[in-house]
Amino acid sequence: MADTTVEKADATVPAAATAWRSHGTTRRSTHTLRLRVSAALVALTALAVLLVPPLVQLDQQAVDLAAKLLPPSWSHPFGTDDVGRDLLLRCVYGLRVSLLVGVVAALTATVIGTAVGAAAGAFGGWVDRLVMRLVDTLSSVPHLLLGIFIVALFRPGVWPVVISVALTHWLSTARIVRAEILSLRSRPYVDAAVSGGASRLRVALRHLLPGVLPQAGLAAVLMIPHAMWHESALSFLGLGLPAHTASLGTLIQGARGSLLAGQWWPTLFPGLFLIIPTLAIAGLAGVWRERINPRRRSELTL
Amino acid sequence: MRTLPWAAMGHLVARRALLAVPVLLAVTFGAFALAAASPFDPVKAYAGTAALGADQETLDRLRDNLGVDRPFAVRWWEWLTSAVTGDLGHSSVMRQPVAEAIGERLVWSTLLCTVAFAVAVLLGTLLGVLAARRPGSLLDRTVTSLAYSLEAAPVFWIALLAVWLFALNLGVLPAGGLTDTGSEHVTAGQVASHLILPAGVLAVSQLPWFTLYVRQGVGDALAEDPVRGARARGLAERTVLLGHALRSGLLPVLTLIGSRVPELITGALLVETVFSWPGIAAATVEAATAVDFPLLAALTTLATAAVLAGNLLADLLYGLVDPRVKLNEM
Repeated sequence: MADTTVEKADATVPAAATAWRSHGTTRRSTHTLRLRVSAALVALTALAVLLVPPLVQLDQQAVDLAAKLLPPSWSHPFGTDDVGRDLLLRCVYGLRVSLLVGVVAALTATVIGTAVGAAAGAFGGWVDRLVMRLVDTLSSVPHLLLGIFIVALFRPGVWPVVISVALTHWLSTARIVRAEILSLRSRPYVDAAVSGGASRLRVALRHLLPGVLPQAGLAAVLMIPHAMWHESALSFLGLGLPAHTASLGTLIQGARGSLLAGQWWPTLFPGLFLIIPTLAIAGLAGVWRERINPRRRSELTL
Repeated sequence: MRTLPWAAMGHLVARRALLAVPVLLAVTFGAFALAAASPFDPVKAYAGTAALGADQETLDRLRDNLGVDRPFAVRWWEWLTSAVTGDLGHSSVMRQPVAEAIGERLVWSTLLCTVAFAVAVLLGTLLGVLAARRPGSLLDRTVTSLAYSLEAAPVFWIALLAVWLFALNLGVLPAGGLTDTGSEHVTAGQVASHLILPAGVLAVSQLPWFTLYVRQGVGDALAEDPVRGARARGLAERTVLLGHALRSGLLPVLTLIGSRVPELITGALLVETVFSWPGIAAATVEAATAVDFPLLAALTTLATAAVLAGNLLADLLYGLVDPRVKLNEM
């Protein structure tokens, strides 16, 4: 399995981070290895998602009952599902849908979060208190439950899912951005800009926002797997995407019947397609985090 | 053992209870506002398939009876005032009052979540300490890699694979439900055997987070002066590890336990669905599929209250365990 390499690489870095047991060169080599493997996996995912659909057309309705539920073999590496469709191809298509929903939702959430957090941090005072109180209130509703609530009222379709994921995920970004802005506000260069006569808006857009963009970008990247996970959970519960636009969650949901009959492959592979991009993105984000904030350890950030 | 600071704890609980009121008000108000903004039609949801054959006059009368045309703020206020007296409305999908439906199912969800969380905490502490003892060792690498992969794996996927392995292939555990299909009474033994698989999967889904944090906390504590001092005094490795490193390493973890309640509820939602566990989480999914608004609103409120209670519990624990923290200042 390709992903075990990532994890092993992950595992040694914290050991080296313990101050008095520095491993020197070992650390650097696992570090680059982790970076390369993660980057390769992300690139592979992106390529598969972008290139396979134009090259291999998949008719989502096409049924080949003679070839139903074949175990993995050379002609069908992942086997076939209960109506004889090739699972590898369906997984790639499902990954495409999940990834698309994840990216759009993560971007939306990051934009909302950055705007709200920056506004709260830049205005301060009662605006800040009110906004953060709202964030606290919203974050005390479990995400998936709020997502289910929104999807149940607005379904069906792709957009309710995107909206529900975006609306539940901007809170952490807003907190991070606000904290960052608050620490930037006391810097001398901001004081210099203010005494130079810069308006509040100019200070916020020109001097504060660029400072928080790396953090916001990192939060956005880390949010993609989370958003994908969220989407597949909703789809798995039958509340997400309609069955003809198969996402990974829909695939797992659809495989429940054949799982109970003993066929494990329609369940196993869509799940692996969720895990591998998640680990790869987490590996990349860990390296990025070390670069923008070297003092903080990159663990526990999946 | 010193006596517990009951007065300070009471104050904290009372203050949090007061703070929870506006949060719950805002959440329920938001739920009603969302419902008003959505294309969801309460009349059709109430009448169900009967709405298809009904004439316009009947529908209008129903609309009038349900008071759908009034502004949502009014309906929210009415719902709230009757909710205070214990009347949460009627659930159309469960065909019983919402309070009753929740009451019946709350026990099973609490049982599932408590067992799973206890297992996750105990096992997570054990694995975390073992992994932190020798950073970079084979055990540490195995535990950390497993934790990362498990954290990335969707819990419903793990649950399905567990069903396949334990219920279908090995045939040792039942695949779902609360009791065997033939039995009419709920016996402790049957519940226990049906509980193992869902609770195990839920615990496994909570485990990675806990293991990684304990490992981090204990690993950090092992590098600090008190531990070096304890080693220099010649204390046994066991005392150093459990008495010095684990005690201070667990502190940051304790504050975060409360923040896991939402994740626990999320996990329970998915696990209960897979295993047909008759808890409130599975009821949430049913309510959402049938757009049963009264039940959905009550469950959302309940989950929010659970999260707030979890936060309170974590703060209480932290204040009790860490002598530097004053409960009155939280």
